[in-house]
Amino acid sequence: MKLRTLLLGAAAASVMAPAAMAERGADGHVNVIYWQAPSIMTPYLSSGTKDIEAASLVIEPLGRFDQDGNMVPYLAVEIPTIENGGVTEDLKQITWKLKEGLLWSDGTPVTSADVAFTAEYCMHPEGGCAQLAKFEGISSVETPDDLTVVVNFTEPKPNPYQAFMGGQSPILQKAQFENCLGPKAPECTEANFNPIGTGPFVVDDFRPNDVISLSANPNYRDPAKPAFATMTFKGGGDAAAAGRAVLETGEYDYAWNLQLAPEVIAEMAKGGKGTPVSAFGTLVERIEMNMTDPSPSLPEGERATAKHPHWALSDVRVRKALSMAIDRELLVEIGYGQAGRPTCNLVPAPEVYASDNTDCIAQDIEGAKALLDEAGWTDSDGDGVRDKDGKKLALLYQTSTNAVRQDFQALIKQWWSEIGVETELRNISGSVFFGGDPGSPDTFQKFYADVEMYANNFDGTDPEAYLAQHTCEKAPKPESQWQGENINRFCDEEYDALVAELGKTGEIEKRAEIAKKLNDMLTKDSYVVVPLVDRGRVSAHSNTLGGVVLNTWDSELWNAADWHRVK
Amino acid sequence: MLTFTIRRLVLAVPTLLFISLVIFGLLMLAPGDPMAQVPLTVPPEVKQKMREALGLGDAWYVQYWKWLRQFFWVEPRVLIDAIFGTEFAAGELRALSWQTRSPIMDIVVQRIPQTLWVVGTAYVVAVLIALPIGIYSAYRQYSLFDNVGTFVSMIGFSVPPFFSGVLVIVIFSVQLGWFPSIYDTTHKVTDWDSFMIQLRQMVLPVMVLALQITAQIARFMRASMLDNLNQDYVRTARAKGLGERVVVLSHVLRNSMIPVVTVIALGIPSIFGGAIITEQVFKVNGIGQLLITAIQANDLPMVQTLTFIFAVLIVMFNLIADVLYGILDPRIRYD
Amino acid sequence: MTDPNTPQQIEPGPGEVQAADVMKVQVPNTPPRSQWAEVWSQFRHHKGAMAGGIIFLLIVLVVFAGPLFWPIEATFIDIRARNQGPSLAHPFGTDQLGRDMLARMMAGGQVSLSVGITAMLLALFLGSLVGVMAGYFKWLDNLLMRTTDLFLALPLLPLLLVMVLLFREPLNAAFGPETGIFILIVVAIGVTSWMPTARIVRGDVLALKEREFVLAARSIGTTDSKMILRHILPNVISPIVVSATLGIANAIITESALSFLGLGFPPDFPTWGRLLFDAVDYMQQNPERVILPGVAISLTVLTVNYLGDGLRDALDPRIRGR
Repeated sequence: MKLRTLLLGAAAASVMAPAAMAERGADGHVNVIYWQAPSIMTPYLSSGTKDIEAASLVIEPLGRFDQDGNMVPYLAVEIPTIENGGVTEDLKQITWKLKEGLLWSDGTPVTSADVAFTAEYCMHPEGGCAQLAKFEGISSVETPDDLTVVVNFTEPKPNPYQAFMGGQSPILQKAQFENCLGPKAPECTEANFNPIGTGPFVVDDFRPNDVISLSANPNYRDPAKPAFATMTFKGGGDAAAAGRAVLETGEYDYAWNLQLAPEVIAEMAKGGKGTPVSAFGTLVERIEMNMTDPSPSLPEGERATAKHPHWALSDVRVRKALSMAIDRELLVEIGYGQAGRPTCNLVPAPEVYASDNTDCIAQDIEGAKALLDEAGWTDSDGDGVRDKDGKKLALLYQTSTNAVRQDFQALIKQWWSEIGVETELRNISGSVFFGGDPGSPDTFQKFYADVEMYANNFDGTDPEAYLAQHTCEKAPKPESQWQGENINRFCDEEYDALVAELGKTGEIEKRAEIAKKLNDMLTKDSYVVVPLVDRGRVSAHSNTLGGVVLNTWDSELWNAADWHRVK
Repeated sequence: MLTFTIRRLVLAVPTLLFISLVIFGLLMLAPGDPMAQVPLTVPPEVKQKMREALGLGDAWYVQYWKWLRQFFWVEPRVLIDAIFGTEFAAGELRALSWQTRSPIMDIVVQRIPQTLWVVGTAYVVAVLIALPIGIYSAYRQYSLFDNVGTFVSMIGFSVPPFFSGVLVIVIFSVQLGWFPSIYDTTHKVTDWDSFMIQLRQMVLPVMVLALQITAQIARFMRASMLDNLNQDYVRTARAKGLGERVVVLSHVLRNSMIPVVTVIALGIPSIFGGAIITEQVFKVNGIGQLLITAIQANDLPMVQTLTFIFAVLIVMFNLIADVLYGILDPRIRYD
Repeated sequence: MTDPNTPQQIEPGPGEVQAADVMKVQVPNTPPRSQWAEVWSQFRHHKGAMAGGIIFLLIVLVVFAGPLFWPIEATFIDIRARNQGPSLAHPFGTDQLGRDMLARMMAGGQVSLSVGITAMLLALFLGSLVGVMAGYFKWLDNLLMRTTDLFLALPLLPLLLVMVLLFREPLNAAFGPETGIFILIVVAIGVTSWMPTARIVRGDVLALKEREFVLAARSIGTTDSKMILRHILPNVISPIVVSATLGIANAIITESALSFLGLGFPPDFPTWGRLLFDAVDYMQQNPERVILPGVAISLTVLTVNYLGDGLRDALDPRIRGR
C-alpha cells in the first residue's frame, strides 16, 4: 500500500513538472511562426521586434525583465542596485558581476571583455547602431577582472538598467565580432546571421526573411535545458495565417502577435489545437491632436509649424469634447477583445508609474456637445456640422493601414458626427506613414492632418525618455527635416521643467510622482494626447507546448529554454 | 532574322541602362524611408545615424554609380570566384541589402529554388491545361464544354488569390487536413518519400496560381483560334482533303499562336518575379515575397536589383517572342 | 465575303450540307443595311451577349438606383447589429461594425464598376493605340516597344506611391477630393496595365500587315489612317475583347490594393474589392460576406465577357447570318 502511494506520488510529480525531469533535447522538435520574418540575428543592426526576438534565442543580455516587469539576472549574478552596492550613490557608476563558468556555444568562456566589447561595438560612431540610445551617457566601460564589468556614466543616471538589459542589448562574443566594428559591421554577414551566443539555441541555418533552423546549445548553462533538440523559426505570411497554423491545423507550436479581431481569434480557437494567450505592456493606441495648423493653404515651411496654432484644436474644450465623444470600452470590444483595455493614460504601466486617471472611460455625448457650444462652435446653418466665424468644424483624421485602425476610424467618425464634427478619413501605408522621408506629405511626423492615430510604447519599465518626447524643442519642424518625437507640437514650459527634474531624481517614489504628473498634463489636463486602448499582446501556443510565459516587457521568447512538450 | 536579333541584343544594353536609371529615379522619388519599420522607441538622432551608415547621405548619382558598379563589376566577378574558386572580387564591397546587411545576390540565389518549384510548376501546368481548353473551346464554340470552360476560367480569373488562397487553405488544410498550409523552404528532395512531401506542399499554391494563369491563356487561345477557324486557308486545307486533326492542330493552331506566344512570353519573367500574394498566403517566401518585403521596408538596393533582373528578363523574352513571330509567320519581317 | 462554314457544321461533314447553306444565305431576304445596323442585328441575335447585356444592365441599375430605395446608408454604424447573418432588416447581413452589407454592396458597386470600366477602357485605348502604332509603323516599333518594356519592368508599388505624392494635392485642388481621387485611381490603373494589350495587339498587327487583303487595300491607295481604322482594327478586335474582360477584373482588384497604400478612396468608402479583402478573415464565421462581393465581381466579369463575345462575333463578317 505504502509503496503504491509512493509510486503514484512519483508519477504525479513527473506529470506536474515534466521540465524538471527532462534532459536536454528530449522533446524533439518545436515549430515557431512569426508572420514578420527576421532579417538579421542581431538587434544592433536592426531594431525590428522580429529581429530582436529571434536573436533572443541565441544571444542574451546580463539581465532581463520578467512577465511582471521585474528585473531578473541572466548572465549576471544579480541585478546591481544601490542597496547591494552595485550602483554608486551618485548614480554615475554601475558594477555587473558575471556568473562563473559561463560558456559561449563554441565552448570558450564568457568574460567581461565580451561585455565591454559589446559597448564598444554599439557605440562606434560610424556603426549606425540601432540600440545606441541604450548606451547613451556611458563614458567608459572597465573590466577590472574577468567577471566584473564597471560602467561609468558622464551624468548621474537614475535609470542605469539600459545597456546590457533586455532583448535589445545582448552580449556579443568579442572573438567573433572583433573585426566588425563601425563601417565594417554590415560586412560581417556570417557573424550577423550566425552569432555565437549563450542562449538555449544556436543557429544552424539562417535564411534571411524566410526561416531559421536552430538546435539546442550544447554549452547552455543549465544542463537539462532546453527540452527541444531543434527548432524551426518560420517567418512570413500574415497574422491570420499564423493563427490558423497553430490554432486550427496544429502545424506549428507557437504563433507570435496575432493582431486579429477578437471574434476571428475566438473562431480559430474553436479548432481546439491551441490556446491564445495575452499580456499587457505599455503599448497605447492613441489619438494625437495637432496643435498647429496643417491647412494646405499655408505656404510649405509654415504649414503644421508652431507659427500657426490650430484653428480649432488649440482650444482645450474642443479637444476634450472630441475625447468625451469616444466610447473606449466599445473600441476595445471590437478591436482587441482580451488583448485590450480602455485607458486614459499615456503611461498605463508599470503600476508605480500609472496614473489613476479614469475620467475619460465613460462616453458623454451630451457633455461633449455642451462643451463645443461653450467654445463657440455651433451649427448656425443647420447642416449638422458645427461652425464658427464661417469655418466648419471639419477634421482630417489619418492613420496607418491596418484593419483594426480602419474600424476605429469609422466608429470615431460616427461618434464625432453625433456631436456635429465632420471627419474625413485617410489611411496611409505603414511604410510611408512611419517612415521619416521629409519629402513625403504623409508621414506621421509631418502631421499634415488635424488628428492622427497610432500606437507607441517604451522599452523596459522606465518612462522617462518616453515622457521627455513631449518637450518643446522636440517638435518636428522643417529646420530639423521634420524629425522629432513631439508629434503634436505640444509646448509647455512647466512640462519641460518637470521633465528636467525627472532626469535628476533617483528615488523611485518621487520619480513615479513626477511621471504621473507629466502623464496627466498631456492627457486629462490638456487632451493633446487622447489615449484610447492599452494594447496587450496576443500570441498563441499549441496545447502540447508547455512553459510559455508571455512577456511584453522583453522578448516573447525570453524563456524558450523552459519550453517543453506536454505529454 | 539573325541580324535583327543581334541588332536588338546590342540595343538592349542602352535600353536596360536607361530602365535601371528610371527605376532608380522612381525609387528615390518614392516616399518612404528604410527607418519606417524601426520602432518608435528609437530616437530620431539614432535613426539619422543609421541612415548615414546605410549610405543614404550620399547624392543620388553617387548611390546610383555605386549600385551600377556593384551590379555590373563586382557581382559578376563574385560569380566567377564562386565557380572557379578564384579571388577576383576579394575585398570588394558587394551590393548589400539594407534589411539583412547581406549580399543581395546570395539571398536571390537562395530564393530561386522555391520560386521555380512553385511558380514555375504552376506556369507549366497552366499552359498544359490552357492550350487544349482554348483550342477545343474555339473548335466547339458555344458548346457545353466551351460554356463551362468560359464560366470556370472567368471566375478563376476574377477571384483574387488573397481570397482563393485562404479558401483552399480553409478547405484542404483546416477542414480536410490533406495538405500543409505552410510551405517548408528547407525541405530537400532526396528520395521518393521526400518528393511526395514536396508535391503535397506544392499542391495548394500551384492550384491557386495555375487557375489564374490558365484562365488568361485559355481565353487568348480561344479568341485567336476563333479568328482563324473561318479563314479562307482553312477552307482550302479542308478542300484539299486534309484530316480535321491536321487542319486544326497544324494549320489553324500555328497561325493562332502569335497572341498566345506574346502572353506566355510576358508571363515567363513573372515566374522569376514570383507571385507576391500567393507566396505570402502560403508562406512560400520566394522572390515575390522578397520583393514585397523589400518594398515595404524601403530596402532600395534590394528593390533596385530585383526589378532590374526582372527588366532584363522582360527585354529578353520579348525579344524571343519577336523572333518566334517570324518563325510562326514567315511573312513577318523586321528588316 | 459571307461564308457560313462554321466549324460546328463542317466537322467531318459531307459537302451537300455546305452547299445548301451557301445557297440559303446568298439569297438576300432583307434590304441592304449600313454596316453598324448589320452589326447590331447580329449582336441582338447572340443569345449569350443579350443575356450578358441584360444582367450587366441589371447590376448597373441595382447598384446606382438601388440606394435611392434602400434607407440605410453604407457608412452608418449600428453597433448593436454586429456580425449578423441575412435577415429581413439586413438582407445581406451586417459587417463587424454593424454596417448594412446590402447598402455597402451597392455603394461598393458604384465605385468598382465606374473604376473598373473606366480604367479598363483607358488601358485598352492606350494598349491598342501603342500596339497598332508599333505594329503598323516600322519606325515607331522600336521606340514604342522599348517604352513598353520599361513600363513592364517598373515596380508597381513605388510607381503608385510616386503618383500619389506628385498628383494627389493638385488633383484634389483642381477637381475636388472625390473626383480628384477617382481620376488618380483610374489613371494609375490604366497607366500600369496597358502593356500586355499593346504587346498582343502589336503581334497580331505585324502578321495582319502582311496579309493579302491589306496589300490589296494598299495597292488601291488606301491611306494609313483609313487602313488602320477599316482593316487593321476590326481584325484585332478579339484579343482586345479578351483583354477587356480580363482588364475589368484586374482593375476592380487593383483598386482594392490601392486603398491599402492610402492611394484609394477614404477607408470607410466601400468597394467590392475591399469588401472581399476585409471579409477574408471572417470567411469561416460569415461566409456570405466573402461570397457576395466575390459573386458580384465574377458576375460582372462574366457578363462583360459574354458582351465581348457577342461584339466579336458581330464584327466578324465571316460568321454573320448564323
